[in-house]
Amino acid sequence: MFDISALDLARIQFAFTVSFHIIFPAFSIGLASYLAVLEGLWLWKKEDRYMEVFNYWKTIFAVGFGMGVVSGVVMAYQFGTNWSVFSDKAGPVIGPLMGYEVLSAFFLEAGFLGIMLFGQKRVGPKLHFTATFMVAVGTLFSAFWILSVNSWMQTPAGHAMNAQGQFIPDDWIAVIFNPSFPYRLVHMVLAAYLTTAFVVGAVGAYHLLKNKANAHARLMFSMAMWMAALVTPLQILAGDQHGLNTLEHQPAKIAAIEGHYENVTGAPLILFGIPDNEKAEVLYPISVPKLGSLILTHSWDGELQGLESFPKEDWPNTFLIFWTFRIMVGIGFIMLAIGFWSLLRRYQGRLYEDRWLARAVTLAGPSGFIAVLCGWVTTEAGRQPWTIYGLLRTSESASPLVAAEVGTTLLAFIVVYFTLFGVGVYYMLRLMAKTPEKTPEKMETLKRAVGMVGASSNIDESRT
Amino acid sequence: MEIDLPLIWAALIAFAILAYVSLDGFDLGIGALFLLAPEKSGHRDIMMNSVAPIWDGNETWLVLGGGGLLAVFPLAYSVVLPALYMPIIAMLLGLIFRGVAFEFRWRVSRKNRVWWDWSFAFGSLLAAFAQGVCLGTLIQGIEIVDRSYAGGRLDWLTPFSILTGISLIFGYALLGATWLVMKTEGELQHMVRKYAVITGLITLGLVGVVSIATPFLDAEYHYRWFEGANLVYSIVVPFLMAGCAAVLFYGLKQKKDIRPFFAAHGIFLLCYIGIGISFYPRMIPPDLTIWQAAAPDKSLGFLLVGAAFLIPIILCYTAYSYWVFRGKVGENEGYH
Ligand code: HDD
Ligand code: HEM
Ligand code: HEM
Repeated sequence: MFDISALDLARIQFAFTVSFHIIFPAFSIGLASYLAVLEGLWLWKKEDRYMEVFNYWKTIFAVGFGMGVVSGVVMAYQFGTNWSVFSDKAGPVIGPLMGYEVLSAFFLEAGFLGIMLFGQKRVGPKLHFTATFMVAVGTLFSAFWILSVNSWMQTPAGHAMNAQGQFIPDDWIAVIFNPSFPYRLVHMVLAAYLTTAFVVGAVGAYHLLKNKANAHARLMFSMAMWMAALVTPLQILAGDQHGLNTLEHQPAKIAAIEGHYENVTGAPLILFGIPDNEKAEVLYPISVPKLGSLILTHSWDGELQGLESFPKEDWPNTFLIFWTFRIMVGIGFIMLAIGFWSLLRRYQGRLYEDRWLARAVTLAGPSGFIAVLCGWVTTEAGRQPWTIYGLLRTSESASPLVAAEVGTTLLAFIVVYFTLFGVGVYYMLRLMAKTPEKTPEKMETLKRAVGMVGASSNIDESRT
Repeated sequence: MEIDLPLIWAALIAFAILAYVSLDGFDLGIGALFLLAPEKSGHRDIMMNSVAPIWDGNETWLVLGGGGLLAVFPLAYSVVLPALYMPIIAMLLGLIFRGVAFEFRWRVSRKNRVWWDWSFAFGSLLAAFAQGVCLGTLIQGIEIVDRSYAGGRLDWLTPFSILTGISLIFGYALLGATWLVMKTEGELQHMVRKYAVITGLITLGLVGVVSIATPFLDAEYHYRWFEGANLVYSIVVPFLMAGCAAVLFYGLKQKKDIRPFFAAHGIFLLCYIGIGISFYPRMIPPDLTIWQAAAPDKSLGFLLVGAAFLIPIILCYTAYSYWVFRGKVGENEGYH
């Protein structure tokens, strides 16, 4: 029917499932840390509003985390189902790293999640805080290991080959701390924090627009705007450093991101255009002279390699990553602008009064997710046509499957993910549309007063 | 003496899979029984709440089984997953349907809750069945040529694998029912006690059928069970099985809360050991041995350091978490 190979279907399937997955961790990583901070502040200052905001986000966290877990379990098996040759060859190197992720991160998260979500009445406040903290640490460990794996695939190091053609570990420290790993780890964790900050900020802003005296909304909004103002500049710096690192290790990727087909000195920065691999040029470019060289080589006349220096069969999809990169960077600058705007208003003492700021932040709520997805597409599609950069081609990594099979399961994933996760996101949004409730004790008395005890949860959608 | 790392890892992976089956087994089993509880009774709330704080941890053993296999037996991982492609994907989808229900069910009005009840039950049944099919296919053996799966695309679909699929559903339902006997009281407990008896009888019957069929699948199994020193096991295992069954049914009759749960796990453990005897020293029947499938010692050693250090810690805090949520589950358990 369609002329599409099992390999391409497997790639689409992997990209689809991992893209859905990353949406949830990006939010869980940030939110888990935010929850730990809120509960810590509550323990320290004993002000009810911290606990109320904590309980509010805890419920939302539970829904998102659940989706992160089930979509993640799929990923753990997608390596074998879709990329069995890759798994056999790279398993000895990346497998133990993922094993460490399970042992040090997933169990930690799962073990303490139950206590964090359900244990408030069963353990003391300090122990409960410990549980929340452990969940947050778990998400960060998880990011550490999986990004090490991914970075090793981008910039392999510390390995040797054996007689069966497998990659085998030679120096574990070099494997784990491979050249692009520190950059990727910092950039991704900051991305998760920013993503969460903008969701929390948007919810705060939305409720401020309805009632600017809402104390909970003020707390969320203010905390989120501090993050936006302080972390966005760091993220841009990290992104710049990440790019320089990529230039060193994957120059073809940078050439494609920049839209440089020819080797040039004093390269322009092409802001927009339509890269065309067939013609090997960027159509309709809008560019700033010499700025490209300045950013990447820190000199006006620096020399940059274009794609022409690389065999054409090794070129990535230039159009795709040229644009996803620009969307990500664009969002970074929008976040920066919002951060500065909030600083100015805070300085003027009008942080909660500026309705245009609140509107802008509400609108920017999903921006982190878009930037994260665009960043990953840039990274992953830019690695093509390799799974292990320069060493193992994607076309040589795939499982011995037939197109009909992969097509069927791809369809099933698409239908199931869009319906179930779509509904889940809708539930999360509905929770966010409400404003935080009063403290648990007050809820209890309220419930008792209206005789609701026993009919568990109709009114307490906000789950005290 | 040299340390046999592949053998140690085979034992650890076997342990992870056993932990998975025993732990997630009972919460999948609760899903299998879920729709039997009347919708309006409130029993479903209790059933779900009895595992809500721990199911995620239970499922993590599956990730360790899969992820661990990739790390230490990459060849086995890369052969088994394409061979079991369809049942594995079905299992994953089933786990999604049931996993999201834990949260989603509480996010809707009582009227709409039934949707997620179905999602929970259907997902659990699908996952249990698919796991059983995987087991059956493995027992039948997987053909490997040149480090890659060489069998047909539908080899996983046989009467035997369907039989093991159905058996696992009943086995998990038994674990779920005995868990609920332990964690509930009153009318619900009365009901699940009945289910425990029924699923117990069916499970034992199916285990009998599978055990009789297995030795006839290939000569190797036959040899293992009926010849040489192994004959001893073949006689001892059924006796122990009868013992567990006796404890199970007698405990249920005597209205013991805890004993049936452990007796049911005894039955699972014995089946598991039986399969272990059939497989060893092969990783994947008929040909691939533990040592052929293993990653280089450097990979095995590196992860073993972590496992030796972290698995005891994991067991401690997992036990702690079970302890925090000990006792009977009341109507208003947790914040649901
Ligand atoms: C930078 C962060 C990050 C990235 C890039 C990924 N993940 Fe992830 N993953 C997490 C961060 C995370 C997390 C935040 O730690 C989650 C979310 C919910 C959870 O339990 O942990 C998680 C869950 C999660 C789970 C479920 C764990 C459980 O049962 O508790 C698995 C099996 C995976 N992931 C596997 C993967 C694979 C194979 C990926 C790559 C292709 C991947 N993740 C990308
Ligand atoms: C404006 C400044 C930014 C710059 C210069 C920048 C730069 C980069 C570069 C060069 C890459 C590709 C790395 C590679 O070659 O593999 C990348 C990836 C990525 N970016 Fe950005 N980025 C910026 C902002 C952001 C923002 C605001 C977010 C999210 C909130 C984000 C999220 C990501 C993610 C998730 C990846 C993929 C993971 C990784 O490789 O780190 N970036 N970024
Ligand atoms: C962090 C761990 C990750 C690992 C180990 C990983 C690994 C892989 C592998 C094995 C492939 C298949 C081979 C290929 O076609 O490139 C792939 C493809 C891909 N991945 Fe990732 N990936 C990771 C994270 C992500 C994330 C979080 C995204 C989010 C958007 C992503 C986006 C993609 C895309 C878009 C492709 C397909 C590229 C293409 O076909 O052009 N990856 N990745």
